[in-house]
Amino acid sequence: MALVSPSIKATTQAQVRASITRRDRNIGGLVLYVLLLIAVATTLLVLFTLLARLFAPALPVFRDRGLSFFTGTIGSNPDKVGIWPGLYGSFIIGIGVIVVSIPLGVAAAIYLEDYAQNRWYNRLIVINIRNLAGIPAVIYGILGLTIFVGWLEPLTTGKTVIAAALTLAVLVLPIVIITATEAIRSVPQGLRDAGYGVGASKWEVTRDHVLPYAAPGILTGTVLSLARALGEAAPLILIGAITGLLPATSLDGPFTALPMTIYSWSSKATPPKSVLGFDNVAAAAGVALLLLVLVFNIIAVIFRNRFEKQRIGL
Amino acid sequence: MTLIFRIAALTSVVISALIVFTLVRGAIEFLRLVPLSGLIDDAKTPGWFPRRNRFDLPTVVLGTLIMSSIAMVVAVPLGLGTAIFLAEYASSRTRRIIKPIIEVLAGMPSVVVGYFALKFIAPELVANLFQPDKIQNMTAAGIGIGILIVPIMASISEDSLSAVPGALREASYGVGARKSATVIRVVLPAAVSGIVAAFIIAVSRAIGETMVATMAGGLDGSGARTSSPLDPGLSITAALTNAAGGSDQALVGAPVKVLFFLGLLLFVVTMGLNLIADKFVRRVRQKY
Repeated sequence: MALVSPSIKATTQAQVRASITRRDRNIGGLVLYVLLLIAVATTLLVLFTLLARLFAPALPVFRDRGLSFFTGTIGSNPDKVGIWPGLYGSFIIGIGVIVVSIPLGVAAAIYLEDYAQNRWYNRLIVINIRNLAGIPAVIYGILGLTIFVGWLEPLTTGKTVIAAALTLAVLVLPIVIITATEAIRSVPQGLRDAGYGVGASKWEVTRDHVLPYAAPGILTGTVLSLARALGEAAPLILIGAITGLLPATSLDGPFTALPMTIYSWSSKATPPKSVLGFDNVAAAAGVALLLLVLVFNIIAVIFRNRFEKQRIGL
Repeated sequence: MTLIFRIAALTSVVISALIVFTLVRGAIEFLRLVPLSGLIDDAKTPGWFPRRNRFDLPTVVLGTLIMSSIAMVVAVPLGLGTAIFLAEYASSRTRRIIKPIIEVLAGMPSVVVGYFALKFIAPELVANLFQPDKIQNMTAAGIGIGILIVPIMASISEDSLSAVPGALREASYGVGARKSATVIRVVLPAAVSGIVAAFIIAVSRAIGETMVATMAGGLDGSGARTSSPLDPGLSITAALTNAAGGSDQALVGAPVKVLFFLGLLLFVVTMGLNLIADKFVRRVRQKY
């Protein structure tokens, strides 16, 4: 004690006092926190503005037109147009995705998880699938235009909804495979071993144990990919979806889909005498598409939550 | 059974092969009609005018660069900020509320964002902020693309922040660091590979984003070369959709064949970016 000179003691005291009072004024930390809050708030604000700016012009359409907006066809008078051809096209595309990419995707996932050995060609398939998932959608449109509209014309009869459905099925295939692979990977090894232990074959174990256990996860992925396929417009422009007049919907004739309807109406000028503008009907079609996609996303979230609960054993 | 599964898995390889084959074949056919030297327009006012057989590559490359840069300026602060907030600051209750909202944004069809860019961002936001000559311009389109990629930036960054072991944070608190210092000096550097991956994937998506660029870019498939973000402009993707254009065109001639060339360009660039991002993601996995 006697060795400590008073002057040192004074500076120490000052330092201690300073560090204690500085703690109360943690400006850097506060600034960071506020910046982060601004980022989150802006993101939420953008989303809410977008929704408000979509719903506001859409409301008069739903109010004035009611059901006829859903049953009418596309055309040049915004007071008369409807989204029926779009709904029809999107419905067929949805069916196409379910019929083509789900069986194919799940089978590929089963192979990669349970059957494939760790060889270079199997690793190549995995890398390839990850790359396919990152390719811009519009490139799948070029593929669809060449293969499904061009080469397979006898099957699809050209620029039809069948060609569009196949193109979008191919587009979402990598997503289906990746999510199904993850779902199958989460199946406990013990379940498989137990199956083999009682003499089941590989296929029997896959069919009776692995697939039922992985089903909610696989469903989540497929529902999400369905939502993605329904919202995609770029490949449809390439395939040649109709934006002008479409008197009748058919599997083997000209087609359109809901996102294409929004795309074409967004840039159409409103004729002078009409009550509703193309702005309004485009927004209303946007609301319809958004609700459709949202419903699928919510279903996926419900599946995922059930999936997670099942994992903890509830 | 094994054979059926193997064929299913091989389908993906066939798809890739077909994509590459289609693009390369079409691009070669295009280059037979328009030599490489013709891809830089030497007219007084150079530009992308496919109907007049003028294919000025710098026009669409500049357009893509400008729009994706603006998109990143929007998406990086919003996405990364949201990710840091969710991973480091938010209580689990806040997270439960905000995450699903971000997922709604992630599921937003791009054509709806295109409508929003066309009807709100351009006429009300950009027009008031920057007073551009033309209502429709690349800034509006870029902001729209940025909104679309915020969720990707946010979710991949958040995953990599959450992957940083808690022990690192505790060690930092243990030596007396504050929360802000811990986040900036410990957590962010530890998660940097994942954040870089998020950035690269977001850039790749921005370059490949088609609908917003086509709808809000302000041009109908042709326009002069410009480097001003407040001018209307064409991205590679917008030039591509316009080349496919009308539904009753036959696949002949350079104005249409150019879509394969643009597609190949887009494919090579985005795939390159994705492969680089993949390397960074794998580095995160190896570390922790």
